[in-house]
Amino acid sequence: MTPEPSIGMALPERHHHCDVVQQMLYNASLWNGHRIHFDLPYATEVEGYSGLVVAGPLLGDWLHQIVDEWLDDAGMITGIEYSNRVAAFVGETVTAGGTVTQYDPDSGALTLEVFVKNDRDEVLAPGIITAQLQR
Amino acid sequence: MTGLLSTEVLSHIGQQTDPQREIVTRRDIRKYAVATGSRLQKYLDGDVAPPLFHLHLFWDVVPLDTLSPDGVFTDHLLPKFPLEKAMAGGLDIQYHQPIKPGDWLTATRTLSNIYEKAGRSGALIFYEVMMEIRNDSGELVVSEKTTRILR
Repeated sequence: MTPEPSIGMALPERHHHCDVVQQMLYNASLWNGHRIHFDLPYATEVEGYSGLVVAGPLLGDWLHQIVDEWLDDAGMITGIEYSNRVAAFVGETVTAGGTVTQYDPDSGALTLEVFVKNDRDEVLAPGIITAQLQR
Repeated sequence: MTGLLSTEVLSHIGQQTDPQREIVTRRDIRKYAVATGSRLQKYLDGDVAPPLFHLHLFWDVVPLDTLSPDGVFTDHLLPKFPLEKAMAGGLDIQYHQPIKPGDWLTATRTLSNIYEKAGRSGALIFYEVMMEIRNDSGELVVSEKTTRILR
């Protein structure tokens, strides 16, 4: 982490292309057999989705990554509160980002608002992350 | 209140799973880090686990023939709810200590609350599951509250 945090500071954003191989590896890594993530006829014809659904917790992981990459070795994430509001689909490109909302320079305690949004600017997964800078 | 929740359903509040004990391996951390698109070398090398790795460690591993037709395992902690269509849920996680290869961790899940609310298009059922993950010294490593909504 290079600059000293300040309230309102935006973190570097990251784009994620939702790739089918990544979905397969991610869900296999969890042992998640939910068909909506890899069985296209099932996802579209039975469940009525427009495509393969990106696993919700992967969007949660991308929220963490925005803060984790920014912190690097300067601190660690101590908590998160987030929800999955809108689905992302394989083939979409989504953007993860965040903003510092609270910072106590004495203790090093940070609060950040984070998001994953799609290219229509819909917020798919909003969250609040708390982190602690090393002191 | 619409009185959807019977005394029987509500009696499940407080139920706990048997503790589940798992070992953390470097290979599992590396696979998880690659699959999530992580770019931090400490995770890609498996020196330490990224946040949310506990989802990987404690996802139920069950026989294929016990999965439902949509590929999902049955969570035996939950009663049969009068509403079944799952909506978006939320997670609230506290990270107390880093997770490293060689750690033995034990998770216990508790159905901590069930309640109903009137939504815009009808009644909604909410339930909360608390998961506590501890190391072999009994120290808290991760605590997580999942809230799910059914309509």
